[in-house]
Amino acid sequence: MKKLLRGGRLVDPRNGIDGTYDVLIDGDRIARVGRDIPADGATVVEIPPGLVVCPGLIDMHVHLREPGQEHKETVATGTASAVAGGFTAVACMPNTVPVNDNANVTTLILSKAAEAALARVYPIGAVSKGSKGELLADIAELRQAGCVAISDDGHPVATALLMRRALEYAGMFDIPLIEHCEDPTLKGDGVAHEGFHASVLGLRGIPGAAEALGVERGVLLAELTGSKLHIAHMSARASIRAVRKGKEAGVRVTCEVAPHHFTLTDEALGAPIAYDTNTKMNPPLREVADRDAMIAGIADGTVDAIATDHAPHHYDEKQVEFDRAPFGIVGLETAVSLTFDRLLHTGLVRLPRIVELLSSNPAQILKIPGGTLAAGTQADITILAPDLKVRVDARSFRSRSRNTPFDGWELRGGVAATIVGGRTVFTNAEAGLTNV
Amino acid sequence: MSLQDIDRRNGESVTTAAREADPPAVTTLRRKDLLGIADLSAPEITLILDTAEAMKEVATRPIKKVPALRGKTVVNLFFEPSTRTRTSFEIAEKRLSADTLNIAIGTSSVVKGETLADTALNLEAMAPDMIVLRHSSSGAGHLLSRICRSGIINAGDGTHEHPTQALLDAFTIRERKGRLSGLKVAIIGDLLHSRVLRSNIQLLTKMGADVWVSGPPTLIPAGMRDFGVTATANVDEAVADADVIMLLRIQLERMEGAYFPSQREYFNVFGMTTNRLRLARPDVIIMHPGPMNRGVEIASEVADGPYSVILDQVANGVAVRMAVLYLLAGGVDHEEAA
Repeated sequence: MKKLLRGGRLVDPRNGIDGTYDVLIDGDRIARVGRDIPADGATVVEIPPGLVVCPGLIDMHVHLREPGQEHKETVATGTASAVAGGFTAVACMPNTVPVNDNANVTTLILSKAAEAALARVYPIGAVSKGSKGELLADIAELRQAGCVAISDDGHPVATALLMRRALEYAGMFDIPLIEHCEDPTLKGDGVAHEGFHASVLGLRGIPGAAEALGVERGVLLAELTGSKLHIAHMSARASIRAVRKGKEAGVRVTCEVAPHHFTLTDEALGAPIAYDTNTKMNPPLREVADRDAMIAGIADGTVDAIATDHAPHHYDEKQVEFDRAPFGIVGLETAVSLTFDRLLHTGLVRLPRIVELLSSNPAQILKIPGGTLAAGTQADITILAPDLKVRVDARSFRSRSRNTPFDGWELRGGVAATIVGGRTVFTNAEAGLTNV
Repeated sequence: MSLQDIDRRNGESVTTAAREADPPAVTTLRRKDLLGIADLSAPEITLILDTAEAMKEVATRPIKKVPALRGKTVVNLFFEPSTRTRTSFEIAEKRLSADTLNIAIGTSSVVKGETLADTALNLEAMAPDMIVLRHSSSGAGHLLSRICRSGIINAGDGTHEHPTQALLDAFTIRERKGRLSGLKVAIIGDLLHSRVLRSNIQLLTKMGADVWVSGPPTLIPAGMRDFGVTATANVDEAVADADVIMLLRIQLERMEGAYFPSQREYFNVFGMTTNRLRLARPDVIIMHPGPMNRGVEIASEVADGPYSVILDQVANGVAVRMAVLYLLAGGVDHEEAA
């Protein structure tokens, strides 16, 4: 069965394409990309002006919570949330219960993903057994089972020595170690960014240096080992500086920033809702200078990827005292709107660069298929509606959880349709696209 | 900014009805909760302090009781041990003829693992008019206030605020000095972990005082300058020509967090001694929210000396809490009538 996406603005930065092109899909593959492709029996989908066809978006940092915490999210609800947010693939962190530190857990996640048949799921294996920071996990086995990276996310790799060994060991597969950067002693029992707003509210602070120390350590060890390091969810300006310096020195380091860290600041802790536990995440919302440094890093190319750190938590778990609430917010269904609203429509970042951040670069970092729309590749396509007016409604989320600080926000930019392997898995009726 | 400007600016948050009365005075607290000084305008603070003066008179009567809160139920919900504050609230409630109920941790279902939200909902089902809350988490009162129709009075939440303490401190200062504006107030001690500090600096800066804070740099919160106060690790600088010196409790377990090396060193560098007191104005008053560590943040000669108003603070606490309870309850009636 063939489908022709006709007349849309096609943005495929890896192939240097930004213009009006047609895309012919044949089964689960892209058959052809070109101008004025004849219909030739294919179902024709006219792409209305203003919409953008691009390689499927990839969120390289999500928590799907299955196995073990299915009250927060499952692979099925998480991938439903992903495709509603325009993501055709996600990479899921190993801090499940039990931890994804062996092939059984990896296989379970992959079979659940196949069952759901929505977004592609790329599991990330643990660095250490149980993510306890003592013994290396069976990384070759994890790789064999389908893991695309290793991480002890939620925590930093416990010691510099263990991290060195993990980088060296993972180096033989050329998969990245994804590091949650944080000096645990400096973070202490902090719950919010150390600064004026936390001081006013009496919340224990976490300085930006706690994160940057971890980034510095990581960059040094990546240099020492020559292995690939990816820095997760950066929030502090000193972290950006450390990555920039590392890249200049030729270290194989890449990094990501989450939409909430280029959108919000610690001012959100006090207003509009004081002590809203949906403003509690780790790393925390930081001060204006940090937020601005994230945007500058995205604009100047230091930042490689936008990743959501989608962290679903049940309503009951968040409806507690601020210092007792778990860290994290959901992000899959707001990422595109925030990216357009805050980066594109402000004139800070151009559309091809956004596609790099949300698709091409994550694919390259994880060495997974996608991130481009060349003929012969799998037909994972996102159709974006950059000018669509979106009102965030947490109650309508496909995710099982609703822990977002963006509920009720009006944003410009959204998703029109999501196509995975040639199959349309999400369409947004409001975007004016009907018969995809 | 002059005091008049501060009054005028803060007055804008007062309701139209209140502004049409004799500005900048207000006659009611049109709110159900007192979660922090942050929510109060200068005229509202003045209203509470003026009302407390009338309440203080009740304590001098042979029968120390007025019927203002008759038929109202007030729950004192204390998740942290407290003698002074809980007793003070309870006496205030009883003098206003409220029906009071004390719930302390250990006797509540919290030990069974119930969440604060569920505890609040269960209490709410029994329709108390007000809940006085003491809790170890900052913002616990805000959580309760979003769940409950009952008025919430914050009796200390984590390291956030302790508004009635700041009000009774202000009452005590005003009683001694006749004013708050233009006074130099030095607050010294563990600033980082102090809810008393946060309430006091907000109240005192709103009322036009010149606030200085001092303590070990390890115990000074980030962003202090943005509070509109002067922060210094040099205690003598803070004490110089001070009209009011307020000492904060140093919790001895802070040594474990390496905030300071020893009690002895703390006392030597930051302790309030009679010698150091000579730097202040001759009519300086010494305050402490209690409980005191004699020989750590304050020398006994100072605590028991002629400048000390520490016991006045305790006495005034009852009057100020009566005023707060009375005004918040009145606010509820006002809304129901409207």
